[in-house]
Order: sequence, then C-alpha cells, then structure tokens
Amino acid sequence: MIAIVPRLFWVGWKFHLKGLTMSSFFLLVSVIQPLIFATIAYYMYEAGAREGTLLYVALGAGLMGMWSSTLFGSGGAIQWQRWQGTLELLIGAPPPFIFTLLPLTLATASIGLYSIVATLLWGGLLFDVPLSIEHPFLFAVSLPATALALGLLGLVLASTFVLYRQASAFSNLLEYPVWLVSGLLIPISLLPGWVEPISWVLAPTWGVKAVRESALGGEPLFAIGMCLLLSAIYLVIGWFSMANFERLARKQATLSLT
Amino acid sequence: MTEVASPTSPRTLARVFFLGGLFSYRALFNWITPVMYVTTMLGSPLFQILFFAYLGRFAGLQDDTFFVVGNAIQVSAMAGIYGMTMTIANERQFGTLSPLLATPASRIALFLGRALPVIVNGLVVSAFGFAVGLLLLDFTLEWSAVPPLVVVVVVTVASCTALGMLLGSIGLRARDVFFASNLVYFLMLLVCGVNIPVETLPDWLEAIGRAVPLTHGIEAAREIAAGAPLGEVSDLVWTELGIGVAYAATAFLLFRLFEIEGRRRASLETF
Repeated sequence: MIAIVPRLFWVGWKFHLKGLTMSSFFLLVSVIQPLIFATIAYYMYEAGAREGTLLYVALGAGLMGMWSSTLFGSGGAIQWQRWQGTLELLIGAPPPFIFTLLPLTLATASIGLYSIVATLLWGGLLFDVPLSIEHPFLFAVSLPATALALGLLGLVLASTFVLYRQASAFSNLLEYPVWLVSGLLIPISLLPGWVEPISWVLAPTWGVKAVRESALGGEPLFAIGMCLLLSAIYLVIGWFSMANFERLARKQATLSLT
Repeated sequence: MTEVASPTSPRTLARVFFLGGLFSYRALFNWITPVMYVTTMLGSPLFQILFFAYLGRFAGLQDDTFFVVGNAIQVSAMAGIYGMTMTIANERQFGTLSPLLATPASRIALFLGRALPVIVNGLVVSAFGFAVGLLLLDFTLEWSAVPPLVVVVVVTVASCTALGMLLGSIGLRARDVFFASNLVYFLMLLVCGVNIPVETLPDWLEAIGRAVPLTHGIEAAREIAAGAPLGEVSDLVWTELGIGVAYAATAFLLFRLFEIEGRRRASLETF
C-alpha cells in the first residue's frame, strides 16, 4: 500500500489540476477575479495617493485568488463526488479515502498559483510594476509552501463542510472574511485587535507574509515555517474529520445522499 | 363546458405576472433555502462592505460613506444579476422551458413577472447593506434623506435587474451563462463607481461604466446621502431609469428571438 501512495498523489493531483484548469468557473476564480480585484485596488491606491504598493497589491490579489480557488474547490469537493456518483467508488477503493481526496484539495490550491502569475503579469504589462524579487530562492520556496498550507486547509474545509448539505453556502460566506482578516490587501493592524489572533490560524496570513517578504524584502523564513507548521496541524485535523465523516456515512448509509 | 380565459385578459395577465413570477422565483432561485439565503444574500454582502470600507481607509481614498453607499447598492446585484439570471436561464437548465413556451401566456407578463420578486429581494439586500454601514461603520444618514434614497435605490435595483434579465435571456441560448453573471458582478465593482470614482478611471472604462446600470444611481445616492434633495439628482435618476428600460427592452427582444429561433431549430433545451 505504501508503495502506491506517491503515484496515487501524483496521478490524482495531475488529474484534478487538468480538470480544474478546464473549468470556466475556476478560470474565473483563479485568474479573472484576482485581476479585477488587483485593478480595483490599484486605482484605489492611486486615487488615494498611496505610493509604492503595486507589487504589494499584485501579490495580495494573487493570494486572494488562491484562497478563492481553494475555498470553492475544496469546500465542495465531496459534494461534487456525491453528485457525480463517484463518492462510493472512492470510499470503497482499497486506499484510504484521504489519499484520494488530498490530491484534489492540493490541486485546488495549486491552481491558485495561476492567480499569482496572472497578477504579476498584469502588474508588469499594464502598470509597469517592477518584477524585482529580493530573495528569488525563498520566493520559489514560499509559493509551494503556501499552496501546501492552503491545500491542507482545503482538506479541513472538505471534511467539515461535508457534514452540511448546503456546503456552497459556507463557501460563498467565507471568501471576503478571510481576504479581510488575512492581511491580503489590508494590513491586519488596521482591523480591530480581536481579529489578529484569528489571522494567526489561517494559512493565507502566513502565505502572503512569506511571499511578500521574499519578494519585497524581509525575513520570510518564519512565515514559511508557519505555513509548514499549520500544514501539519491541518493534516491532523483533516485526517480525524475525514475518518469521522467516513465512519458516520458508512454507519448511517448516507454516502450517496445529496 | 368551462370557459377558458383569454391569455390577454387583464385577469390572466395579472395572474401570470404576479403568481407566475412568484412561482418561478420559488422554483428557480437556487438560494431560496434559509441557510443559503442568509449566507449568500446577507453574509457575503456584509463582508464585502466591510472589506471595501477598510480597503478604502487603508488607501486613504474616501470616507466610509462613499463605500457604504456604493457597495450597499451594488450588493443588490446578488439578486438582480444572479437571481434574475437564475429565474430565466434555469427554465432551460431544469428542463421546464419547452412546457412553459407551449402555453399561450403573454410573454411580456411572463418575462416581467419574474423580475418583481427579484427586485424586492434586491431591495432587502440593499437595505441590509445600509444597515450594516449604520451599525458597523462610520456612516450616518439623516432621516430626511431616507425617502429620496429609497426612490433612487428602487430605480437602481430595477435597472440592475434589467441587466440580469439580459443575461437570463442570453442564458436561453448560451452554454454557461453563469460565467457571464459572475464576470458582470465583479466588473461592476470596478466600472460602476462602487469603490472608485468613475472619473478617475481611464476614459474607456469610464465609458463602459456610464453605459451600464448602477453607475448613475450610485452617484445620485451619494449626493442624497450628502444632503442633496431629490430634485437636484433627478437627471441622474432619469438616466439610470432610461438605461434600465433600454436593457429590459433588449432583454425581452432577445427572449423572443431565442424563443422563435429555438422553435424553428428545435433547439430550445439543447446544450
């Protein structure tokens, strides 16, 4: 069983990445929507005379897209399998269900990398944003670390949202609050003090810190470390939640109920 | 033998308009369940308003009033754009379009009746947006400004719903109209003066903004919130209304065109 796990991950991740890339909805969420928000923020900053923040905006808007694709992709992951009638097959297959679900949630976060590329290109081509990265190696490390942390947060979402029939309702609800409290475009210090501890347990907070500090200058290692630490915590939570869901669904015979 | 009422009798027209509209809303509006309604139609607008108000504070662009008024009106597009698209285009998605078009019911009553519940819904969402601003942000409103503001918001929400009608009509033919609905919703945040004064946008973006619903209504609402009487913004309100009528007329023409074409090519419910 152990020997097939890497292959299962690789094939599953690639399969879902291709599927999500072909979806017009995910194209909108991961490419077009971040570009629109980046443009709004750019004009707001320009009209408000806040200078020197264009790369800051481009990276923040890119992370916004990554969060949206993770939220909508992972939040509805199990529900989609239900609608397509593939959930029983995946649960019944020999590998533990988490090994087939995790590549999907990682893929939803991975297509968020399109957002970063899109907003950086947008900044460079349309607004002459200088693409000078202060720590190129750390920038290259911070991106997959962020995608990993968001993908594992996606596993937590997938395994908890599945308990509710209206999972997409929670997805619609959680997009703006996480953009707001993670400091993607607005510094957390501007928000009420009680928001800050909430931001600490959210992967996008550390992801954007890691990406920004490696691009704009700073000490991104701590933020990268926090991404990895949160990934481990999310994995444990997701593992237990998924096991609980599987046990309840088998016991109550609700696997295929939509 | 029972006498069949004429499809053009006032009573039948009123039934198709009011009851048909209500039934279609209950059947085709995907977010009708309480959980879905509260999270999507109220929760999401709540955080949208907070997000842009704080972004505005950080950018140093305008005060909270600017963002509360802009976003409280724009969030009505949750109903006006998504809701209206659903209540027309979902007839095709759910396979009820052919039976509907087989009836002799007046098409104009059928079409416009679907807009009424959506407009009421949009007004609820918009009122909630203003309440969020009053309770959570630095936004105040004189009591005397409320009646003219209601007039402006009603016109603007109706106008926005007309754009939703257009998208819904396109949904009778297009494969994935919800992509367009999402795109339009987000583009409104950029071009309609919701968060950025339209005059600060590049000329071509400003021109787009001036040609679509919301822009003039939001401008009028901001002036009223600042203390202007309704008479002073009447030009903006009439322009907003005119734009809405133009979009509604185009939407109805497309609806009829796609019905006739769909019958001719036997393609009403094909994808």
